[in-house]
Formats: sequence, structure tokens, C-alpha cells
Amino acid sequence: MAKKKIGEKTAPEGRPSSFLQIRKLKYEYIRRDEENNVEGITTAVDDVSFDVKEGEFIAILGHNGSGKSTLAKHINAILFPEEGEVILDGMNTKDEDKLLDIRRTAGMVFQNPDNQIIGQVVDEDVAFGPENMGVPTEEIKQRVEESLKTLGMWEYRNSSPNRLSGGQKQRVSIASVIAMHPKCIIFDEPTAMLDPRGRYEVIRAARALNEVEGITIILITHYMEEVIHADRVLVMDKGKVKMEGTPREIFSRVEELKELRLTVPQVTELAWELKKSGLPIPDGILTREELIKEILKIMKEYIYR
Amino acid sequence: MIRDITLGQYYQTESVIHRLDPRTKLLGTLVYLISLFIFTKPWVFVTAAVFLLLVLVLSRVPLKFMLKGLRPIIFILLFTIIVNMFWIKGTVLVSWWKLSITVEGLKQAGSMGTRLILLILGSNLMTLTTTPTRLTNAMESLMRPLKLIKVPVHEIAMMMSIALRFIPILLEETDRIMKAQLARGADFESGNVFKKAKSLVPVLVPLFISAFRRANDLAMAMEARCYHGGKGRTQYKPLKYKARDFVAYFILVLYVAAVIVIGKFIT
Repeated sequence: MAKKKIGEKTAPEGRPSSFLQIRKLKYEYIRRDEENNVEGITTAVDDVSFDVKEGEFIAILGHNGSGKSTLAKHINAILFPEEGEVILDGMNTKDEDKLLDIRRTAGMVFQNPDNQIIGQVVDEDVAFGPENMGVPTEEIKQRVEESLKTLGMWEYRNSSPNRLSGGQKQRVSIASVIAMHPKCIIFDEPTAMLDPRGRYEVIRAARALNEVEGITIILITHYMEEVIHADRVLVMDKGKVKMEGTPREIFSRVEELKELRLTVPQVTELAWELKKSGLPIPDGILTREELIKEILKIMKEYIYR
Repeated sequence: MIRDITLGQYYQTESVIHRLDPRTKLLGTLVYLISLFIFTKPWVFVTAAVFLLLVLVLSRVPLKFMLKGLRPIIFILLFTIIVNMFWIKGTVLVSWWKLSITVEGLKQAGSMGTRLILLILGSNLMTLTTTPTRLTNAMESLMRPLKLIKVPVHEIAMMMSIALRFIPILLEETDRIMKAQLARGADFESGNVFKKAKSLVPVLVPLFISAFRRANDLAMAMEARCYHGGKGRTQYKPLKYKARDFVAYFILVLYVAAVIVIGKFIT
């Protein structure tokens, strides 16, 4: 696969082999009553460990409250681990001096498109990150142009964000992150509030950034259709990683997914049901084309018999 | 659409006035407003009106748009004129019952009215030709000396621009919550003032909750993009004075000189 090669190429030698290392991460939300007494503890992330290579496209799946967003916020030091550690590109997120470096290495795109656009005009919003990083004016201009063009939003540079569609707003948010030249982008349910068209726009942009620019992508989502292009999928439930593997491996385990209250893509489910009723269809069908090919194969055999 | 509202009623067009540095316009407007209050002579007001008209022509903003700004102050305007007309004692011109109009009263009413109109039109012209963003930038830049006495200038400007960004969003949200409550049988129309105010509670509570949630999200998004206050921050579009700004300042000085000469020496 081409994108794997890019990933390997951009990883400089002499660095630890993993770009991101998460070791025994644990995080609890403590609920308190009015007198500040502890009312209850919810363990949002519980003993999670995994590695991500530079240039990889990782998807983290889970239903609401599985701890996937909490996990994501540890990667760019918005939350700090209670136990265990997170090491991003050789920097430990506990190291306060590295805070800004960590955040510029791993950018984040959030769920609500309205609540993450700071500028009143599109290009000003894209410039916000570089401004904070102290990039000189001339270079900010270049970066704004380059990132808006990458996301196909250059013609909207003078618009108010309020006049854009949800998908366009998310593309502006992505452009704003790209302008900081990150090595990794974390997408925290970027499509949850979008219509199908907007979802398509955002996922296509994420894939392009991974394949063309070699940027490491960590996509948090609960839409199954969005993870089929990932290199690796992690499935979370109650703060723990329950399943890990390629999309094909994960989607072969339809029953387990259903136990975790996750639905599989329609095509995969149809293939699975057909297999259950006796047709010789392999596990882990991901796209409509694959299913059509398999069915045609079966039909040919049937006709020639 | 409610989302389309722009604060400060910016009128989009290409003109010299639009292209002026916002600091020039802000300071210019300030000087203009002060100039209206130094003298109370008719010729001074004529000078001020002519100056304003010239700027208006240069700005290519239709007169209609500028006059629109007078609508909200019509009541105050009439009140000022009427009170001044009857209040001032002096040579009686017309007398009726206990009220009398005096020559001095008329003069005073005329000058106060003109002053008020020019005041509103002058500041209107600034907001018509400057976007709120540029205005915020200008304020941040002009207030920079206040940093020496520990005024958090950058933070104030950032808060202003965030407020400007979220006003249309919160307006839309208010609209949505009101509709949702109407659908549940809420009544915002009937009753006296107190009852009406009370009926807004079910709108305000969800609105505030959502505003706090947005604030939390936004703070996180800003932190994720390396925001750490004004320290070490560079600017995407730094304000820079151009030749036209110096010309504008020169014209402004000429105008002030003219006002002083006319106010002092022409009777």
C-alpha cells in the first residue's frame, strides 16, 4: 500500500519506532456534590495501551460514553493521565514545558463546527493557530493560502463562518489545524453533527491528508462506514480497548460488535446474514463492490453447474 | 436569515474611506465628535455638515443608509428639541398658556438637534465603512499604551471579537429555543410586563446552559490551537498606516483648524 510507504519514509531514523505511545492510561471523572464530597467515580479510560506509527490512519470506534473522546483529549495534552503515560513524538504530555510543542504536533478537530471557529472571517480563523505559535506575518499568509487551498475552501476566505454549511465549517476547522503544520490530526467525532454530504466531505479530506501529506490520522467516531479505510481499528467499550485489528478483521466479528452495541456497515451486515443462511461468502465484506463480486461468483458457479 | 445579521451594519463597497486604516477612522470620528461640542455657532455646524457630506460622497455609501441610523433616536431628538424650545428663558416670541417659545430657546433647540444628528451620522459613517473585526483591531492597537498600567488590552479585544462571533449564533439559538417552548405551549405574548418577563425564564435557562457549554468547547478548541494569551503572538493582518492615512490625518487637522477659526472669529 502506498500510504504505508509514506509513513515509513517520513519517520526519521534514531527516533523511537512509535510516533505515539500510550501506556496503561487511566482517567477518572470524579463527581462531587455541593459540599465537594465525592459522590461517585466514573472510570472513563481504564488501562489502555497502544502504539501508533507515523503516517498511520487509526480509527477508534465506540458508542457514547465508551471513553473514546476522553482518550483522544489525552493525546494533545488537553487532559492529563491519572495513571500511565502518553508519549507523543518523544514528548511526554506530563512535561509542562513541552505543552505547546505537543499541541502543535497533534492538532485536533472537534465535534461541533460552530464552537471551534474563533475568527469572524474564514481566513482569520485559519490564521489563529499560526498567530499563537508566533509565526511571522508573511509566513502566516502563505500557510493560510496553502491550507485553505488544500481543503478547497480558498474561495470562501472572506466569508463569515456563519454562512457556511456544516461540512464547509468542518473543512475550515481542518484547514485551521493544517495551518499549524501538525504531524498528526485527531478527529474527535468530526461528523456527528453533519448531514451525509458533510460527512463525506470531511472523511474524504481526512483520507487525502493521510495519503497525500502523510499526516497521521486518529479518527474517533461511531459511524462504521467511516472506518473502512483506516489502517487499524480499535473498538472501545467502558473505557477499555475491546477489539483491535484491520477493518476487515474487525468486521468479520459481527456478533462481538453487536454485543458492544455497535452496528456494522449495511453491506457487511447483509453479507453476514447471507453467509449465515448458507451462501459461501467470506467474512469481513466492506464495500458494495466486494459483495457484488462475491455474489456474481456464486451465481456463475450456480449457472454452470 | 437571522445568521446574516452583521453588527455595526457594515456597508460593503470599494472606496477610499473603506480602505483607510481603522485607527485613522476611529481617531477621526473621535475628533469629529469633539469638534461638535467646542462651539455652538451655526457656521461651525455648517462646516461640520459639509465635512461629513464630503466624507460620505468619498465613501460611496448611499445617503439613505446613513439616514437609517437616525430612526432609533427620533424620539430622543424630538424630546431634546421640544424641551429646549420651551425651557430656555429669554425674549418671548410666542406665548400660549404657561408655555412660551423664546428666541434663545429656538437657537438652543436648533443647535442641540443639529449636534445630535451630526453626532449619530458621524459615528454611523464609521461603522458603515469599517467591519467590526477591523474596529476591534483598531481598539486593541490604540489601547496598547494602557498595558503599562496593567490593563489586559489583548484579552479585552479577544473577548470582544469572540462576542461578535457568537452573537448571531446565540440569536439563532434563542429563536430555536423560543420555537421549541412555543410548541410546548409557552406563551410569550399575553400579560403585563412582569408576566412577560417571567415567561422568558424557560428560554433564558436553556440559553445560558448552552452558552456555557459553547464557552467550554471554545476554550478547549483555543487551547488545542496553542492559544496562551497575547504573549509571543504574531499577527496575520497587522495594521499598517499607508500614505492615504497620512493624507486623511492632514485633512482632519485642516478641518479642526477651520472649525477653530470659524468658531473664534466669525460671528
